[in-house]
Amino acid sequence: MSTETTTAVEKKESLFSKKNRKLLTDPLDDSNPITVQVLGICSALAITVQVQQAVIMSLAVLFVMIGGNVIVSLMRNIIPDRIRIIVQLVVIASLVIIVDEVLKAYSPDISEKLSVFVGLIITNCIIMGRLEAFALGNKPGPAMLDAVGNAMGYAWILLAVALVREVFGSGAISFPGMGQVKFLPDSWFYANGGFYENNNLMILPPMALVTVGVIIWIQRARNRSLIEEN
Amino acid sequence: MAFNKNSNGYTFLFAIVMVVLVGAILASLSLSLKPLQKANEAEKKMMNILGAIGVPSERGAVESVFAEYVTERISIDSEGRQVNTMSGEVDPTNAGDPFNIDVQKDFRSKAPASELDFPLFACRKDGQDLYVVPVVGKGLWGPIWGYVALESDMETIHGAVFDHKTETPGLGAEIKEGFFQTPFKGKKISKVAPHFAVVKGGAPTTEYSVDGITGGTITSKGVGEMVDRTMGIYLKFFQSAPKAQK
Repeated sequence: MSTETTTAVEKKESLFSKKNRKLLTDPLDDSNPITVQVLGICSALAITVQVQQAVIMSLAVLFVMIGGNVIVSLMRNIIPDRIRIIVQLVVIASLVIIVDEVLKAYSPDISEKLSVFVGLIITNCIIMGRLEAFALGNKPGPAMLDAVGNAMGYAWILLAVALVREVFGSGAISFPGMGQVKFLPDSWFYANGGFYENNNLMILPPMALVTVGVIIWIQRARNRSLIEEN
Repeated sequence: MAFNKNSNGYTFLFAIVMVVLVGAILASLSLSLKPLQKANEAEKKMMNILGAIGVPSERGAVESVFAEYVTERISIDSEGRQVNTMSGEVDPTNAGDPFNIDVQKDFRSKAPASELDFPLFACRKDGQDLYVVPVVGKGLWGPIWGYVALESDMETIHGAVFDHKTETPGLGAEIKEGFFQTPFKGKKISKVAPHFAVVKGGAPTTEYSVDGITGGTITSKGVGEMVDRTMGIYLKFFQSAPKAQK
């Protein structure tokens, strides 16, 4: 999913300079919204219990982020400075409501799956953060690349955390179309006379924070430039 | 720039135009999509009722299946007296149709039970009479609801489906999964209070209770509470109902 979107955008906009391409790749590592900018932690805690939901949330954030970044970027010259945060909030909230209403009417099944996330998208700090930090000062093209890049940077962390939490918390991954993918034979489980027990702590929110912490640790061990000097 | 975008006048103007514009767009969108959304909700409700009696159905082909299995739609008052009964096609515009009673709205309104009507769906499946009771209650974060199907003795649970709005994924949200719903089958509604209970995950269960979800205690308790409370009302109807149906 992530590679597909990235290459498609790069091909179409190959005119773009190296600097603009960095907008796509930087958020994946050097300026990752979750592990480096520490934005969007709240939703990373709430919906990383299952991989399936992390995927849905990532797609929803991708969509709202592109929409929000492009719209705010188009309006950047007419938005009064003093109410810019409110304007950004209105843009995000409207987009989310429109998506929600349309899905409810035309695709009720997806709408049901998304219901929990709608509120979380509006409150997702990454979206506001990118509107404020990037879209307000840049043209729609780069703003869109920035949105895609950041949404992808958000998505891979979300997926990584969800993978760890679902595997250790539930012992299997359930994903529509694939059924349940088990990693350990049933006989290993304590209930069946074995020695292994799912770790219920993994399902609880604090473990998301610990998992994100471990990811940050690994990332900084590999990428020394991220370590603060003092 | 020709205008000063930071003047007070412009700021107010911008805010007013934005609010009016966004309000108009969202309101017209909501109005134009409302009929479709209502139809989807009604369809989902039929699917849930059919799910409680164990009949699978798919979106787009629900109405005919619903008409085939659900023989009567009954509404009763809080004293168990029958208020209205209808059969045949569901009429979405008829407020008197028990199918159109919005039990969730009634629950939210906190109106005393004496002012409300309660819907009941009489079904016939494989020559067996079944009664589907809608239940609504509170989970940890938001509303939870479900449909409980009783067998013709009006005591044994034939099947149950539950759903929720915002319960925690992996914990409370599991009430919509089969492993939680299947144990309801064959359990009984007690004639004396408490009529039914969901016990803490792993605790021993009786004829009148099922196992809750570990880590989803509040949602599980919510399910127990809503089944218990709702059955308290419907039992009055069941006990006064003609026993000929037995």
